[in-house]
Amino acid sequence: MAETGSNRAPETGAFFQRDRQWHPPALTPSYKSSVLRSPQKALVSFDNTLSESTGPVFGHAMLGELDNDLIHNFARPGESAIGERIIVHGRVLDERGNGVPGVLLELWQANAGGRYRHKREGYLAPLDPNFGGCGRAITGEDGGYALRTIRPGPYPWPNGPNDWRPAHIHFSVFGHGFAQRLITQMYFEGDPLIWRCPIVGGISNKAAIEALIAALDMQSTIPMDALAYKFDIVLRGRRSTLFENRPEGN
Amino acid sequence: MAQSLDRLKESPSQTAGPYVHIGLTPNFCGIGGVYASDLGSSMINDQTKGERIELRIRVLDGTGTPLREALVEIWQADANGFYNSPAEMRGAADPNFPGWGRQPTDTETGVCLFQTIKPGRVPFRDGRLMAPHITLWIAARGINVGLHTRLYFSDEEKANAEDPILARIEHRLRVPTLIAERQRDTYVFDIHLQGEKETVFFDS
Repeated sequence: MAETGSNRAPETGAFFQRDRQWHPPALTPSYKSSVLRSPQKALVSFDNTLSESTGPVFGHAMLGELDNDLIHNFARPGESAIGERIIVHGRVLDERGNGVPGVLLELWQANAGGRYRHKREGYLAPLDPNFGGCGRAITGEDGGYALRTIRPGPYPWPNGPNDWRPAHIHFSVFGHGFAQRLITQMYFEGDPLIWRCPIVGGISNKAAIEALIAALDMQSTIPMDALAYKFDIVLRGRRSTLFENRPEGN
Repeated sequence: MAQSLDRLKESPSQTAGPYVHIGLTPNFCGIGGVYASDLGSSMINDQTKGERIELRIRVLDGTGTPLREALVEIWQADANGFYNSPAEMRGAADPNFPGWGRQPTDTETGVCLFQTIKPGRVPFRDGRLMAPHITLWIAARGINVGLHTRLYFSDEEKANAEDPILARIEHRLRVPTLIAERQRDTYVFDIHLQGEKETVFFDS
């Protein structure tokens, strides 16, 4: 068995079924890229096998000192990224409300002007020589994590003739089973662009959208340094194996 | 009114967008010096047990055009059928094989390559053996929820014929969409997001 990064006994049960009505559907025509990239046939369902209930784990040892500090992890020595300095923190929980330890979070974002460091990116806003745009963290025993970055700018994108993405940070999440694998986006409380965005609008339930909006958290700010936003992430819960019949060796 | 079940809802998925490489394969897209290497870019070393194979994967949209900015992750058992995971209770997996890999599709050709080993067989929930297979997860611009599918092997006909997941597919004409074609030591696998040859995707 691999290291869990936790003192808890590993859990092995299948994961709660995914609520497909809560997620955006594959086809959301207002988000044009989904039109030719959305499967049209029904998904084939089955309860998790070992191939879904197991998953890779990542140890804290792989992290560099600045991995969770996007203000400095690409900056020249003594310099830092330009923009509104923020702390993003929160917990990764499962649907049972338990903190999930040892979760690898990988994030990426545009700079303060709304420009990504990517050769396919054509927005006229300038690159920040001190900002790369990627970072990562692994949750602690209680599922908690914290990052330091700059607030990304909103930006226009080629979809409709005048569509703008709200400020957002992309999060990739590894839980304890590959069935928990998730990529999502974090938005910022109060951003009026959230409710005009065709990608956000693929989610039909208002409460589900609100679950992706980080709250301004004045109690976690660093005075005279950085504002703070709290963003919790919820992964699929795991069933108890207490009453499951399993053949020997399985 | 009854008591509340007191459960949370899974965070809704959002697309990885066109710049997924910045976060998940930064060295590949020219952002050097942040991480020593891209996570998941190498799966095997000299000590890894098992038959060396290459996976040659493309992801095609509804017009048959390969996606040139997709991200593919794979998760598989070791040569003996054990997963390198804390939830693997049957025994210890090969310590020289993480079982997980990640590759971007080539920005020109749309091909992504994995150097890995052929996995052993893993039991289904009832103890029957599943055919050797690799779990795939695909993220890209235009994909709202990461897509889950499996790669099976063309030279495992007998095992494939008794695989309980393949057996679940009602439309038998679609089963070959999950079977990678062996060409020497390379398995070629095209994933069709739409159309007549649409790959079987799973909800598990």
